[in-house]
Amino acid sequence: MAAVASPYLAAFAARFQLVLQYRAAALAGFATQCWWGAIKIMVLAAFFYGAARSQPMSLEHAITYTWLGQAFLIFLPWNADPDVAEMVRTGAVAYDRLRPVDTYGWWYARAVAWSAARVAPRAVLMFIVAAGLMPLFGLGAWSLKAPAGLEATVLFAVSMIGVALLSASIVLLINVVAVASMTDRGANLLIAPFSNLLSGGIVPLAFFPGWIRPGLRLQPFAGLFDTPFRIYFGELSGWAALGGVALQVGWTLALVLLGRWALGRTMRRLQVQGG
Amino acid sequence: MEALRLYGRYAAASVRGQMQYPASFLMISTAQLLATGIEFLGLWALFARFGQIEGWRFGEVCVFYGVVNLAFAFADSCARGFDIFGSEYVRTGAFDRLLLRPRTTAFQLLGHELRLSRLGRLIEAAVVFAIGAVLTHLAFTPAAVALLVWAMVGGMALFFGIMVISATLAFWTVESLEIVNVISYGGVEAAQYPLNIYAAWLRDFLIFVVPIGCVAYFPVVAALGHADPLGAPAWFMASSPAAGFLFLAVTLWVWGFGVRHYTSTGS
Amino acid sequence: MPQIVVSDLTKHYRIAERDAGAFGAIKGLFHRRMRTVEALDRVSFSLEAGELLGFIGPNGAGKSTTIKILSGILRPTSGEVVVEGLVPYEDRIRHVARIGVVFGQRTQLWWDLPVIEGFDLLAAIYRVDPARYRATRDELVALLKLERLLDQPVRQLSLGQRMRAEIAAALLHEPKILFLDEPTIGLDAPAKLAVREVVQRLNREKGVTVLLTTHDMHDIEALAERVIVIGHGRILADSPFEQLRAEGLAERRVYIEFAEDAPDLVLAGVEVRAREGRSLELAFDPAKTSAPALIAKIAAAHAVADIHVEQPAIEEVIARFYDRHGAGEA
Repeated sequence: MAAVASPYLAAFAARFQLVLQYRAAALAGFATQCWWGAIKIMVLAAFFYGAARSQPMSLEHAITYTWLGQAFLIFLPWNADPDVAEMVRTGAVAYDRLRPVDTYGWWYARAVAWSAARVAPRAVLMFIVAAGLMPLFGLGAWSLKAPAGLEATVLFAVSMIGVALLSASIVLLINVVAVASMTDRGANLLIAPFSNLLSGGIVPLAFFPGWIRPGLRLQPFAGLFDTPFRIYFGELSGWAALGGVALQVGWTLALVLLGRWALGRTMRRLQVQGG
Repeated sequence: MEALRLYGRYAAASVRGQMQYPASFLMISTAQLLATGIEFLGLWALFARFGQIEGWRFGEVCVFYGVVNLAFAFADSCARGFDIFGSEYVRTGAFDRLLLRPRTTAFQLLGHELRLSRLGRLIEAAVVFAIGAVLTHLAFTPAAVALLVWAMVGGMALFFGIMVISATLAFWTVESLEIVNVISYGGVEAAQYPLNIYAAWLRDFLIFVVPIGCVAYFPVVAALGHADPLGAPAWFMASSPAAGFLFLAVTLWVWGFGVRHYTSTGS
Repeated sequence: MPQIVVSDLTKHYRIAERDAGAFGAIKGLFHRRMRTVEALDRVSFSLEAGELLGFIGPNGAGKSTTIKILSGILRPTSGEVVVEGLVPYEDRIRHVARIGVVFGQRTQLWWDLPVIEGFDLLAAIYRVDPARYRATRDELVALLKLERLLDQPVRQLSLGQRMRAEIAAALLHEPKILFLDEPTIGLDAPAKLAVREVVQRLNREKGVTVLLTTHDMHDIEALAERVIVIGHGRILADSPFEQLRAEGLAERRVYIEFAEDAPDLVLAGVEVRAREGRSLELAFDPAKTSAPALIAKIAAAHAVADIHVEQPAIEEVIARFYDRHGAGEA
């Protein structure tokens, strides 16, 4: 078992290390995100001001939701994996086939590493600033609140693993599109806005009109932000939370199967063309 | 003005080049249209739920959004030279080429490329503005039109200034810094909403430091004929877009230092 | 009143030094050791309008640095430069409008634009009167044989073609002064000849002042009346070309082909350099020994099949000169 898994673990570890070196860029990105978070929250607060008492989500939760979104922003699938994009550009995709490993699995392990390594420092920093520092400066009302108890914390952690896996499965689909279309441009451009909107990254899904909300909650992107964050502040608990996780897992499996099938077909086509 | 004619030539040459690959810029344009449109959906959803934001209605916010994004889209379409300044001009020493021509270097960078791909954002901004104009029954009196045009021109000057800042940094750091996006994209995001919803510190920043508020909020409030919750006098509201030009002048002055640094250390 | 005056021009570069490896990189964040490179050390010379000056020296001697300062794109550490009454790096825009600069292997034309469109754009940038532009452009196109290249994007041209277009581009605004930094580097023989011919015509017929830096001694031989030799940032010589050659290596070489095996010649003031089969290579100082007299003497005593007298190759002259002044590669 270990022998089978080790090339993938090695790929994971190598990538993780490389990413940890990009610290300066990460710091700049962090400042940008704090700014975005602050603006979103101020806008939300302004909307709530003078609004009707009962809303699908309280301002406090919406604020926590926003900060969590900034902390884990990197999990939103945005582009094809940069290495794959490079391969598509240089035409070296076929060489990946020369490795004695399953291409999908290889790429999947690297995608998870790529996002997880970049998220970890960002998330920690965001928690320190938004949850730790802000209350110290009297900004407690605008801060990232603690999770709603032990059960919520545990389920949240589980759900975040689900996010990492789900996100990677979507990134792999983008990779396949990039390889199939022989360009790294097209897929990149189209997926980002959908990712952002449907996950709740632009506006928490709770605020969308009632008639569309159930549909929104069921689509795959909801599992990236909406599900785990609602588990975090206890809106989804117990069986409902587990249901949310199950949905994440279900979508992940579906997209993995789809991805494997699509990648296989694309690679076979490439081999025929001499790609 | 003769400089404008020269810019026209730069632009024409650039457009001709891009027209050779229409698929590329059309695709990017469409994607941009989609991306900005989808983000706008988020804004609409919030209004659908809450109805108003501190006294401002959806239509009015659409006008703010439209004016800011139009100015940004125009400026952004000329920004490519500044975006890649570090890697394509400083690192390679190609900046020498610009220094050898009898024109100001910042102006030559403006002429580097006119990005047709920004059309997507431009169209989306125009559509949102139109929606806002209709919803607010915006009266297109000469005064209102003048104010809006003045606001947009001031906005373009301000965004040009931000572009100049990002390129100036490249003289020292070679790679452009992501941090500048905080004031360009971040500023646009903030200015889409009326300033009075923000905390005092942010309001002051957006009026006195990076005066996006002056090129969007005040003139639009005046054009809408709305009472200003911030209580600015009428003369200020009408003349505030000048702050965009002031900002640009300051950034160009700092740019001069960057050029001096480059010519002292060589390429 | 000279057109170009350079006095005590000095340029120091400060380069950050860093220890190798990861530890060095970290140290480098806190304390940077700076090393000073003296690119130019009190260089002084002046040029009258219409002169053609060759600037030679080994790599790293300071030739390009001098041209950059004269064009106004580099500031000196100290010293003075005045070109047509302007200080280049202080009055950049006005100065640059009057000069043409060609950097070998680098092009100022737009990579993706056809050559003619690049020319048109330059004419607009330099504010050239349209009628004069058309006349100048047509003349240069004819001179540099660019007719067939005009519609091609610059990226599709060969190096030789690009340099010819480059020179035309630098002259579209009829500058009074032309700076050429290694213009023939990498060019094949016909291209080099074309470039030399253009430069010569411009200088002789239009009175354009030319300052040319090059490694190719044949460029100098063909063009320059006056030569400045620069080494390690200092001027080593500033004199007419023939004087440099004479002082550098006062030597003539005679290659003699005999009708029989080469004899063992011993003559006063004559050095036998090489001897192989029927050929002999001799060297002598033309000031002390007369070439005709020497040849007559040899021919009288031996059966000579062929004779050929030569000055040493200019490269050799210059190389010896560098050596003598300790000017070798920086």
